[in-house]
Amino acid sequence: MKTFFAVLHRDLLLAWRARSDLLVALSFFVIVASLFPFGVGAEPEQLRAIGPGVVWVAALLASLLALPRLFAQDFDNGVLEQLLLSPEPPVIWVSAKILAHWLTTGLPLVLIAPVLGLMYQLEPGASGILTLSLALGTPVLSLLGAIGAALTLGLRGAGSLLALLVLPLCVPVLVFGAGAVDAWAGGMPVTAHLSLLGGGSLAALALAPFACAAALRLACE
Amino acid sequence: MNIFRFSSPQTFYPLAGKLIPVFGSLAALFCAFGLYLGFFVAPTDAVQGEVYRIIYLHVAAAWMSMFIYLVMAFWSAIGLGLGTRLSFYMTQALAPTGALFCFIALWSGALWGRPTWGAYWVWDARLTSQLLLLFLYFGFIALTRSIEDPRRADKAGAILALVGAVNVPIIHFSVKWWSTLHQGASVSMTRSSLASSMLIAMLVMAFAAWFYSIAVTLARARRIILERERHTDWAAAEIARLGRELSVTGSR
Repeated sequence: MKTFFAVLHRDLLLAWRARSDLLVALSFFVIVASLFPFGVGAEPEQLRAIGPGVVWVAALLASLLALPRLFAQDFDNGVLEQLLLSPEPPVIWVSAKILAHWLTTGLPLVLIAPVLGLMYQLEPGASGILTLSLALGTPVLSLLGAIGAALTLGLRGAGSLLALLVLPLCVPVLVFGAGAVDAWAGGMPVTAHLSLLGGGSLAALALAPFACAAALRLACE
Repeated sequence: MNIFRFSSPQTFYPLAGKLIPVFGSLAALFCAFGLYLGFFVAPTDAVQGEVYRIIYLHVAAAWMSMFIYLVMAFWSAIGLGLGTRLSFYMTQALAPTGALFCFIALWSGALWGRPTWGAYWVWDARLTSQLLLLFLYFGFIALTRSIEDPRRADKAGAILALVGAVNVPIIHFSVKWWSTLHQGASVSMTRSSLASSMLIAMLVMAFAAWFYSIAVTLARARRIILERERHTDWAAAEIARLGRELSVTGSR
């Protein structure tokens, strides 16, 4: 547990010292989401219909943009190798790194989502569901993305390869996340969507760190 | 006889060479028989007319594309668990065939959809999950090809195949749910129940696709074995022999 918090603290500190990077990913999220009205028109009805899906796709792309940074720096300066040599099970510090990554790139997306909800004329309730679904779903994006980031670590063209590996796997999150808001707008219960998102998060939390640790060991061999 | 003897590339190579013609000719026989059944014996569909006959290709390809991903995950698990090189070679030999069948299923589905649904593409659950499966195949092939260290490529591909295999059912059911919510019954297939001759033709074609996959995968695995084992004496000798054969036929 001490390792967990030490790595978490270190990663959060590093992220805080390079906070302009985080701002870039966040601005990307807002820009992508605010480009859509220019493309499809700004009728309130239409915005309300496409809003949840657009915000979710933008969140998916923004978290994808932030993924290469997850391990690249530690890989380049040898920290990853030292961590792998340490007697602690890799799953512990891998989980800490993923949590730090989610706190610095996933959580800001969740917090700013209500503002985007206003831009898309969503009702306060729908906006709340959207935020909740992002809070439950973005951990899956970080966890699945971490596997992809570890697999493509140090490769040429890692960014586009990462998109090819991770995006198809994230489709269920998108379906249930945007689906929750649609269901709420249609007057249907949203508990099924949200439970499935939460369950997906827990399943990913249980399995992904192991796959990620195995992939990291491979990259450092 | 101990079958584990054949987990060594050196003993597997000649065995695969013997099996390829067997499965190749089986595939040709079944394909000819299945197409004959499908085009001349099976009756015309009451609802869709003659166009339904594309299913003899389409269904076999779709089944095969999903089955091959499972087989890849199986070999990946064996390879990661037991550390056998040949398992990784098999995984990589399977991937292009799986992607090919995925593509055939999508293409023939589009050609079938135009007269039946009135559109080449609809966001039907089956089509959509087939498309995502194609992306998974592309991701696997792209990952294994872009890693230069072959041993890392083997294992990274195996991890990806396993992660993908866990996700495939989740993707399938989420897409199914999504399409029932959004489309309702507008794209449900109005298919009369299959006549038994149709079913037999479909099964024969599925076997043809299966035997074809085995033959092609073994042929591809043989090439991968030679490429990866070229530092060993037997593989170097085999490569030299193949090179001589090539130059003899070339100079003729």
